[in-house]
Amino acid sequence: MAHGPAQGIRRWLYTTNHKDIGTLYLWFSFAMFLLGGVFALVIRAELFEPGMQIVEPEFFNQMTTMHGLVMVFGAVMPAFVGLANWMVPLMIGAPDMALPRMNNWSFWILPFAFAMLSSTLFMDGGAPNFGWTFYAPLSTTYAPPSVTFFIFAVHIMGASSIMGAINIIATIVNLRAPGMSYMKMPLFVWTWLITAFLLIAVMPVLAAVVTMMLFDIHFGTSFFNAAGGGDPVMFQHIFWFFGHPEVYIMILPAFGVVSAIIPTFARKSLFGYSSMVYATAAIAFLSFVVWAHHMFTVGMPLAGEMAFMYMTMLIAVPTGVKVFNWVATMFKGSMTFETPMLFSVAFVILFTIGGFSGLMLAIAPADFQYHDTYFVVAHFHYVLVPGAIFSITAGVYYWLPKWCGNMYNETLGKVHFWTAFIGLNVTFFPMHFAGLSGMPRRIPDYNMMFADWNMISTVGAFLFGAAQILFLFNVIATIRSKRPASDEVWDRPEGLEWTLPSPAPYHTFTKPPPLS
Amino acid sequence: MSLSANSTKTLVLKLLAGALLMFGFAVFVMPPIYDLFCEITGLNGKTGERYQALPAAIDTSRQIKVQFIATNNETMPWVFKPSQQQIYVHPGEEVEVRYFAHNPTGRDMVAQAIPSVVPFKAAEYFHKTECFCFNSQALKAGQSADMALRFIVDPDVAKTVNTITLSYTLFDITAVTEG
Amino acid sequence: MSDRARSVFRRLCLGLFVASFAAQSFAAEVERWGLNMTEGVTSVSRNIHSLHMNILWWCVAIGVVVFGVMFYSMLVHRKSKGAKAANFHESTLLEVVWTIIPFIILGIMAVPATATLIEIYDSEEADIEVLITGYQWKWKYDYIGQELSFFSLLSTPKDEIYNRSEKNPNYLLEVDEPLVIPVDKKVRFLVTANDVIHSWWVPDLAVKKDAIPGYVNAAWTKVDKPGIYRGQCAELCGKDHGFMPIVVKAVEQQEYDAWLAERRAASAKLKALSEQTFSFDELYAQGQQVYEQLCAACHQANGEGVPPMFPAIKDSPVATGAMDKHLDMVINGSPSNPTMAAFGPQLSELDIAAVVTYQRNAFGNNMGDQLQPIDVLKAKQ
Repeated sequence: MAHGPAQGIRRWLYTTNHKDIGTLYLWFSFAMFLLGGVFALVIRAELFEPGMQIVEPEFFNQMTTMHGLVMVFGAVMPAFVGLANWMVPLMIGAPDMALPRMNNWSFWILPFAFAMLSSTLFMDGGAPNFGWTFYAPLSTTYAPPSVTFFIFAVHIMGASSIMGAINIIATIVNLRAPGMSYMKMPLFVWTWLITAFLLIAVMPVLAAVVTMMLFDIHFGTSFFNAAGGGDPVMFQHIFWFFGHPEVYIMILPAFGVVSAIIPTFARKSLFGYSSMVYATAAIAFLSFVVWAHHMFTVGMPLAGEMAFMYMTMLIAVPTGVKVFNWVATMFKGSMTFETPMLFSVAFVILFTIGGFSGLMLAIAPADFQYHDTYFVVAHFHYVLVPGAIFSITAGVYYWLPKWCGNMYNETLGKVHFWTAFIGLNVTFFPMHFAGLSGMPRRIPDYNMMFADWNMISTVGAFLFGAAQILFLFNVIATIRSKRPASDEVWDRPEGLEWTLPSPAPYHTFTKPPPLS
Repeated sequence: MSLSANSTKTLVLKLLAGALLMFGFAVFVMPPIYDLFCEITGLNGKTGERYQALPAAIDTSRQIKVQFIATNNETMPWVFKPSQQQIYVHPGEEVEVRYFAHNPTGRDMVAQAIPSVVPFKAAEYFHKTECFCFNSQALKAGQSADMALRFIVDPDVAKTVNTITLSYTLFDITAVTEG
Repeated sequence: MSDRARSVFRRLCLGLFVASFAAQSFAAEVERWGLNMTEGVTSVSRNIHSLHMNILWWCVAIGVVVFGVMFYSMLVHRKSKGAKAANFHESTLLEVVWTIIPFIILGIMAVPATATLIEIYDSEEADIEVLITGYQWKWKYDYIGQELSFFSLLSTPKDEIYNRSEKNPNYLLEVDEPLVIPVDKKVRFLVTANDVIHSWWVPDLAVKKDAIPGYVNAAWTKVDKPGIYRGQCAELCGKDHGFMPIVVKAVEQQEYDAWLAERRAASAKLKALSEQTFSFDELYAQGQQVYEQLCAACHQANGEGVPPMFPAIKDSPVATGAMDKHLDMVINGSPSNPTMAAFGPQLSELDIAAVVTYQRNAFGNNMGDQLQPIDVLKAKQ
């Protein structure tokens, strides 16, 4: 087995190699990112000006739903699993993942899930149209027939995530090189360990909630149907019990990525490593007790409203600690601004802006005005796009030379960064204003008073979309280029992955590396 | 290696068990906990089951306005309304009101009324000793019914509460009872 | 005062003057562009606005400090400027400080937020009560104890939505019949829904409450300025979620009383209409109006529907079948497809007779028969 990879399609179908599987995950997520991006552009194109022009409201709702589902479950989560597959074994000095065959499975069921989900677009009655949060009874009694396919697709995605999470935990717990104690692990490994536990805790809850939907739709139960003694509001409670930790599942690994990149380009160790670990754990813990802040207007008792408000405000504290630590890492460093660093710095700034609007949303009375408006859309896109997407992009630029052995084109990287950065802000910043002045989310048409902001957003969205084509081009050009990268790639970066040759051989750390 | 393989196996089994446990927790534990939580906090204005009337002192010093609302859900074609819009009651006294229902369609139907009380903090103090909502109600084509509701407002209800609104939403469950 | 100080002083004055001028026009710009949350017309909405501005300024202040330090290091501590990296990587004191400071700021924010929350929840002692029911895709207002209820539908013409005519300023924020309430009176809203979850939101009132089928939520408002306040449904409720606006008209008490009397007289008159007989053309014309307002959303203006969710009316077995089955479907809804609601309680007898007549004769159905309101009245009983 200590040979190179098999040839042709079999290499990818049967592979149990963590690097191959990581690559598969990353390419798959990029494909999904483009697909979800196309859905987003349909939405933005329809919203370019008041009036219905391009699509009908029914299809518009399918687009918002599919955009959310594909981006969350198809783009962001698999991308982070891909990074974990590639980097966790390299960072802890392990020869591979602990469960290589399960690894193959957890990837290969994903394309089926998304093929099934996408096929609903061509079905009678159309794709799911009830929003990615699929609130009952819109998603049960009133759902299009394709809802059953949606439910099975979610089941498969959940199974894939749970298998991936189990694998990552087993790898981190059992395969660390001798001497790699928990508090010596790189922060990316730490954040993924915590994320994996979150996944195991909440993905089954998502599976459960769609299962209950399935039973309500086809087998006459009444979990979410008031007529039979159920309650549609319970759907929201269970959904957000999954949904809020899910939000952190999409951002904690991002913290790990930028915590690896910023020290390298500041040429200074990460400030407050242990407080970073504790803050991550604190955020993960708090994520289980704040779910109802997504439902402040649902009509909760006053005491519940207050409790969830205070808990939510508390999350600002550990999140603040992280931001302060990154800034302190940069302070008095010796900084350079290569593409990965640019994306990471933008991450810190824009994620913080997303955090600020999050703090505003935490104030329950104010949330009565913000809730379900474009202010919320602006908020979570500021957290997820510069948060998850920028950190993944930063990670790809940072480790790509190690993966393929070639250096990327720095100029092109910078052009990509600035287009994406400008596009992102032009798209999402105006949404704050549209929301504050009263524009609800998920509407296909609007009054003229929101017209200016929407037009700007749409222009930005197409710019941001163009930037991703540049990214694709840049990655392919790097893989095919003949500019070999050095083994260290960067200026004395920390971490075991940089002790390996570039590109990283097919099998690495078959013997545990000695740790100083 | 065998030690590591073994410990990996136990760990994986534990994690899998954890995942299964969370699934079971969401399906079997969360709904009852939620119902319990609703009853305690009055979330959604859910009221309790049939109340066993205990002899309690009637607090004649207070008067509470109780309003009655009736709504039909979606395809429900019945005529459904309270016989009176509102009454004033003393906490502790047992009162009876009636709701009228009529099935104007040409088919036999079964309905279920779902109660909801606002303000939520009054829900747990609103005791029903007799209610047509405890059972489903069947009406033959063209038939009418006068349905009874007996209730007591608990004297312990918060002093700030001076209006209680009781709403019934009528759902058509004919398809469910037939199928 | 030295010359230099005097010139600085003069410049400062000029600066202040310009700044104040700029601030004025800035405020106007904010208004014109729709930059910020409305202050609204109730004490709750004003409290929320001030909470919003407070937390915003706290965020700005924190942002200035954090980004200030960050940009300073990015500009000064760069390798190209010859910066050598320092070696520190922890400081317990610093970490304790930046854990505690956010705590304090949060505490400062939590106090007024809690107070406002308590105010929002106090819906007791209302003068007027309105039951609001969300339907796909319209609102129903029920003045409790007043024997008055009506539906409120989007009144923007399809031609404006599909860009065939110019959009009016209240595009998509206008209804056929607004909710009318008196000013300076506490109005309690009981909010529920008929089918899926909706959310009743009027920004100027700072009321946003989810409307949940089977359950009732309470909210309240006390408007202190007469005017017309517009809002929209704020919870995705299906296809026409973006087309179910809310219009609240706040008027003086006398005007409200007059409106109430007039409105009740009008609905009594509507009842009387169900005894009259109408010509085919009258029914057809009226039916077309009703169809376009209510039915076309699903069954489409051309009657072709969007199968399988929304069946066609054109050549349909119902609309070209027996009259009593057709009427039953409209009055009582479809037993198999919940999206086809029971329109019996929603429409007047005349409207039902008209729309059934229309459906049987439009789209090439040409059944040639008609229905009178009195037949509908009989069928309902």
